[in-house]
Parts: sequence; C-alpha cells; structure tokens
Amino acid sequence: MSRESSLVSADWVEQNLDNPKVVLVEVDEDTAAYDKNHIRGAVKVNWSTDLRDPVRRDFVNKEQFEALLGGLGISDDDTVVLYGGNNNWFAAYAYWYFKVYGHEDVRLLDGGRKIWELESRQLVDAVPSREATTYTAKNPDSSIRAFRDEVVAAIGAQNLVDVRSPDEYAGRLLAPAHLPQEVSQVPGHIPTAANVPWSKAANDDGTFRSDDELRALYGEAGVDFGKDTIAYCRIGERSSHTWFVLREILGIQNVKNYDGSWTEYGSLVGVPVAIGDEPGTA
Amino acid sequence: MCGATTGGVSLEGVDVTKETVIQGVVHRDDAPLAGAYVRLLDATGEFTAEVPTSATGQFRFFAAPGTWTLRTLAPGAQPVDRAVVAEVGVTDVDVYVG
Repeated sequence: MSRESSLVSADWVEQNLDNPKVVLVEVDEDTAAYDKNHIRGAVKVNWSTDLRDPVRRDFVNKEQFEALLGGLGISDDDTVVLYGGNNNWFAAYAYWYFKVYGHEDVRLLDGGRKIWELESRQLVDAVPSREATTYTAKNPDSSIRAFRDEVVAAIGAQNLVDVRSPDEYAGRLLAPAHLPQEVSQVPGHIPTAANVPWSKAANDDGTFRSDDELRALYGEAGVDFGKDTIAYCRIGERSSHTWFVLREILGIQNVKNYDGSWTEYGSLVGVPVAIGDEPGTA
Repeated sequence: MCGATTGGVSLEGVDVTKETVIQGVVHRDDAPLAGAYVRLLDATGEFTAEVPTSATGQFRFFAAPGTWTLRTLAPGAQPVDRAVVAEVGVTDVDVYVG
C-alpha cells in the first residue's frame, strides 16, 4: 500500500464527481452532518447504526455488511472514497472496516470534510438515488484487527501505540475533550505503549503529513517497525487513523487496530495500567 | 465564568460542578460564524480536540482545569490563537476571526 493507492485529493474528487465507478461515502461522528449537506453524489454511512451490531459490542456480520453496501448501491469493483468530519476519524474507521471485509479499492479524501469546507468547495443537500446492487463481502480479515488477549500479550513485547491526546494517555482526561468526561473506565494507558497522538500525523487542515515526516514521527517515538504493532485509542476510530497511516500510507505490515481500545481495556479486571506521561514497564 | 451563555447551547444534562467546560462563539464581521473549526491545544501546544462551530457559531469542550489554547480555522482567514485559563465550571470565550 502507498499514499497513491489509499488517498485522493479534493481536486481528484471534484474531477470524479460524475464518474460512475467512484462512490463517495460520508461517515461522521456527528451522524447528522451529512443530512445538513455533503459532497454532491455522496451517500451516508451512519457508524453508530450501520457499522455496529444492534445487540453485542461488535461489527455487523458479513451478511449485514453485504446488505448495507448493496443498499447503498456499491459494487465490489467500485472505487469507494470515504470522507468525514473530525479529520476523517470515522471515515478512517470505515476504511479499516471496509478492508476487514475485503473491499478492494477504498480511498480516503485527504483532509476530509474539513478541507472541503475550508476551501469553500460545493456542498449540497440533495440525496442521490443509487440503484441497489448485490454486494459480496469477503470473510473478515483478522490480520488487521486486534482483540484484548493479544493486546495484553503485546505489553513489553510488541509495539503498542496509544494515539489519544497526552492528557488522556496520562490519565488527566478520560475522553477526548469535545465529549463529557464522566465515563466508567479507569484513567491511564496500557503499560509500555508509546503515546503518538493521531493529530501529529495530520496537518492543521486535516491532510496527512509527508511520508518522511510520518516515518520520523513513529521512529522517534520508539516504534520498532521490525515488530508487530497494535494501535488503540478510546473506541477505535482515532486509532484507525493511525492504522491507516502506518499500513496504508507507509506500507508497514503487521499493523492491527484494537477497536475495543480504552473503553474495553480500561474496564478489564486484573490487567496492568500505567498512569502519567511515561510508558511504564511490563 | 457564568452558568449560562447568552443564547448558548443548553447545558442540560452536563454536570458543571464536575466538568470543566470551555465554550463560546466564533465571530466574523460582528456575526456568528458557522462552519469554522476550533481546536483545543493543551499547555504544551499539543492538539487535544477539535469541533466545528454550530449554525450559531458555537463551540464547546470538556477539558480539565489549566491553561489551554483555542486555535480557530475559518475559510479565507489566518488561524487565530486565543489563550484560556479554565477552572471547573463554565468558561466562556469569544473568538474573532478576520
């Protein structure tokens, strides 16, 4: 994978607005953002209702994912371009999710909804009608998704990258600061995890930094590219952004996203937790 | 510091005796500015959170007591930084962009 195969620019999107093989998909934390306006032709995926099992805390299953994409009029051979607010957090989460289910050609709009708005590009409120398709997903790719037992096993052995803000990592905040702080998890981070906030991988306008800057960022934080890497945050969407940087832009293999993240780990009984700005010991 | 902002988004359901709320309105040309982006930077200048302003130009963060910087990005304007010292409760901040 590379920047060329995983990202598209706002100019590229404008030039492909009427390309029938390109499907724009908006995914936002604020699930009402699309309803206000969106890029012309884009369809909406609601992360909280479309991408979550209605009962258990897990993905929708393969058949549900196929029904979702079929209903959106997406074909297996379409180029799917994801974008959204929050510097593409939830779009990156959806990108990772589409990859878990094996969609071949997925891209992120570099800069997401923010750069589109800051450059005053056209947004519309008309919802497109796309003919439903029969979508066939692949079996879930577990090589890019981490579960709690392998996270615990990775302490002191593999790269753990905590991509939350320094105050969340240290335990001074319990959630990203645009959300209320009352949550049930204990504060802190997984011992030995490096703190590389996702935001360091992005410019202020939401676009990704250059390959050289990105490689230096993780290298200087002590991430050993010769080892396996697990990225986590609070609920797995900011860590999708970092997973995207490491695996899709920089092409580093053996990178997993831990979507259980701190809301799971910080609730586990009997696991080690570190407090403060230092990684801590295994 | 005050309990309710002028025309502010409701704080119903938010425990302001525990939360450190930093909120306000972004203005341009004496009018509230929708669709600006406000970033909350911590005392070391590191990004902590970002929200787009509402239709009425409003933004809100849930932080911790301490020193913060609000960096506001808006179409056609240079970023504007504004230092904030927050305590538990509500801190209101007005931001003006060029």
